[in-house]
Amino acid sequence: MSSFKATRRAVLAGAATLPLAAPAIVNAQGVTEIEFYFPVAVGGPITKIIDGYAADFMKAYPYIKVKPVYAGSYVDTLTKAVTATKAKQGPQMALLLAVDAYTLVDEELIVPLDELDAHKTWLKQFYPAFLGNATIDGRIWGVPFQRSTIVAYWNKDLFKAAGLDPEKPPATWEETGEWTAKTIKREGDRVTSWGIEIPGDGFTYWLYQAMAAQAGVELASDNGRKVTFNSPGAVDGLQFWLDLMNKYKSHPQGISAWGTGPRDFIEGKVAMIWHTTGNLTNIKNSAKFPFGVSMLPAHKRRGSPTGGGNFYVFKNNTPAQQAACMTFLTWVTTPERAANWSMATGYVAPRADAWETQEMKDYVAGFPQAAVARDQLPFAVPELSTHDNQRVAQALTDELQAVLLGRKQPKQALDDAQTAATKLLKPFQKA
Amino acid sequence: MRRETVQGWLLILPALLLLVAFTHWPAATTLLDSFYATPKGSRPPRFVGLENYLDLLDDPVFWIALRNNAIYALWTIPASVILALVMALAVNTAIPGRALARMAYFTPTMLPMIAVANIWLFFFTPDYGLFDHVIGVFGGGRHNWLGDRDTALPAMIVVAVWKEAGFFMIFYLAALQAMPPDLKECAALEGSSRWNFFRRVTLPLLMPTTLFVLVNAVINAFRLVDHVVVMTHGGPDNATNLLLYYIYQAGFRFWDTALAATLTVVLLFLLGMLAWFQFGVLGKRVHYR
Repeated sequence: MSSFKATRRAVLAGAATLPLAAPAIVNAQGVTEIEFYFPVAVGGPITKIIDGYAADFMKAYPYIKVKPVYAGSYVDTLTKAVTATKAKQGPQMALLLAVDAYTLVDEELIVPLDELDAHKTWLKQFYPAFLGNATIDGRIWGVPFQRSTIVAYWNKDLFKAAGLDPEKPPATWEETGEWTAKTIKREGDRVTSWGIEIPGDGFTYWLYQAMAAQAGVELASDNGRKVTFNSPGAVDGLQFWLDLMNKYKSHPQGISAWGTGPRDFIEGKVAMIWHTTGNLTNIKNSAKFPFGVSMLPAHKRRGSPTGGGNFYVFKNNTPAQQAACMTFLTWVTTPERAANWSMATGYVAPRADAWETQEMKDYVAGFPQAAVARDQLPFAVPELSTHDNQRVAQALTDELQAVLLGRKQPKQALDDAQTAATKLLKPFQKA
Repeated sequence: MRRETVQGWLLILPALLLLVAFTHWPAATTLLDSFYATPKGSRPPRFVGLENYLDLLDDPVFWIALRNNAIYALWTIPASVILALVMALAVNTAIPGRALARMAYFTPTMLPMIAVANIWLFFFTPDYGLFDHVIGVFGGGRHNWLGDRDTALPAMIVVAVWKEAGFFMIFYLAALQAMPPDLKECAALEGSSRWNFFRRVTLPLLMPTTLFVLVNAVINAFRLVDHVVVMTHGGPDNATNLLLYYIYQAGFRFWDTALAATLTVVLLFLLGMLAWFQFGVLGKRVHYR
C-alpha cells in the first residue's frame, strides 16, 4: 500500500510540474496576469472604452497583462464572481455594485484596499459620498469607478407652455407637485402628457431613498446592522410619492417602468423625470427640445443616494497579483482618466481633481448639465446597504410596491418592512 | 449472476452513471444541505435539523410563490393542452395553407424562451407596446401590464401558453395522423355525428398522447420561469414569484443556500407527488392499443 502511495505521489508530482512549467517561464520574464469581471451585458461603447484602457495600460506597464471579462448585469456579475471565487477560479478584481460590499466582506472574499494602498493618500482623493458604501468597520473595501446618482430632468418647452419659468426647476416638494401638475396635457379624460414620473420597478428602494433623505432620514445606520424604515420621516417620504399621484395628480397611478421614463421624456410625454445620471448622455443625444438637469428638491434638506459600482480586489491572489491590481486601479482612476470616463459614459467622475482637468472644464462649460450631479454630491447619502443586502433591499422593495399599487398604507408597509429587515439582520447583531 | 443480468446492467450502465452523477447525487446532497444552516464566510455549516423547514412555514414569500405557482399551473396546463388539441385538429383537416398554419403554430416552440420573453416584453410595454397601441386606437389609455398586480401573473401565463401550445400540438398531430381512416368511414356509415365520433373515438384514442402531454405540461408549469427572470424579476410585490424563481433568488441573489436547498426539496416532493398521481392513478385509466 505504501508503495502505491509513493507511486501515486510521484505521478502527481510529475504531472504537477507540467502545468507549473508554463507560469514559471512567464515569471522568469516577470509578467503578471490579472483578470477582472466587468458588468456589461452586450458589446457596445462601454466594452470598447474598457478594452481601450486595458490596451493602454499594458503599453505603459508591459510586465502586467490585464484581461477584462464582460459578465452581464450587475447581479449576474456578482453571481459569477462569487461562485468562481468560491471554486478558487475567480478573477483577481471585479467591478460590482457599491452596495454589495457587505456581502463580499461577510463571505470573506475581498481585501481592504487601504491595506494595499502604500501611500495612504490615494483613497483620500475620492468624494466621501462615494466612499460611504465602501467603508465597513473603518476599512475601505472598494474604489469608486462607475458611479451615478439620481437627478431631475425637466423639459423647458413643456414648462414654458404651462406658464412656468423654463429656467427654474422646482426646489421643494410642494413646488414639484404644484408645478408638474400644471404641465399636464389632456385629450378629453385621457392624459397625453404627464407632469412627473419616478420609476417604481427595478430600483424602487433607490428612488424612494431620495425622498427619505429629503425628509431627513438615512435608512440604514453606518455599521449596516440597523435600519430605520418606519421612522416618521421615512413615512413622510413615501407619502410624498403617493401625493404626487393622488393629491397633485401629476404622476401616473401605480408603478411607472424604469425603462419608459427616459423614453417618455424624450418623446415629450412627461415634463419631468427623476432618473440616474447614467441616462444623461442618452437624453442629451436624443432630446429634440431644450432640457435642464437639476438637483432633486428639498423637504427638510436636499438629498439623493449615490449608486453604481466599485472595483473590489479578491483575497485569493498572489502578492504579485495584488500589487498588479493596485497598479491598475491607481492608473485607471487618475484624474485624467476619470474625466475621460465620465465624459464618455455620463457616469460621475468620482474625485474632485478630475473636474479640475482642462478637458473636463471645457466639457462642463459647453454642457453645464453635466456638473449638476457633482454639485449635488455634498447632499448625497450612501445607497441603502446592510448585511444581507440583497434581501433587506428586496423586503423594502416589496412593501414599497404594495403601497404604490394601493394595497397598503405607507405606515403599515414600512412597519412591515422594518419587522422583516430586523429579523434578517438579527444574526449580525453584536452580542 | 446470470449472464443476462450482467448484460442488462452493462446496457443501462451509461445512463445510470449520468443519472447518478447529475440527478441522484445532487438531489441527495440537496436533501442533506437542507438540514444545515447557510455557511457564512469561513465558518462551517451548522446542523439545524428541521429548523429550515419550520422557517419556511413562516416565510410569507414562500406561500405567495406556492400560491402563484398553483394558479400558474391551473391555468397553463389546461389552456395549453386544449389549445394544442384544437390547433392539431385544425391543421389536420384539409384547409388551404395548411403547411403555413402548421409552421406558424410551431414557431413559438422553436424560439428560445429568452427571445420569446423579450418579444412579449415589447408587447406589454406601457404606451409603446403592441397591446397599448391597439387599445389606444379604440381610445384606451396606458396600462402597465407587468407593473400591476392584477395583470402581471396573467401576462406570465399567456406567454407560457403561447410558447407551449405549439409543442404539444405536434404530438397530437402525430397521433391524429396515425389514426386509421377506416374508423372514420365506419362511423360515417353508422350515421354517427362528428361530435359523437370525436368524443367516443378520437378522444379516447388520443389518451396516451394526452397523458404524455399532461406530464410535460405539469413539469413545465414548475420549470418554465425564464420569462419571469427577463420580464418581471418576480415583481411587482412578488406577484409573479414562482417556486423555481424563488429558489434562484434564494440561492444566487441572497446566497442563502439553506433556504434554496429546502425549497428545492419541497419542489422535488411536489413534483414527485404529481408524477405518482399521473402515472399511478391516471396512467391506469389510459387505454393503450
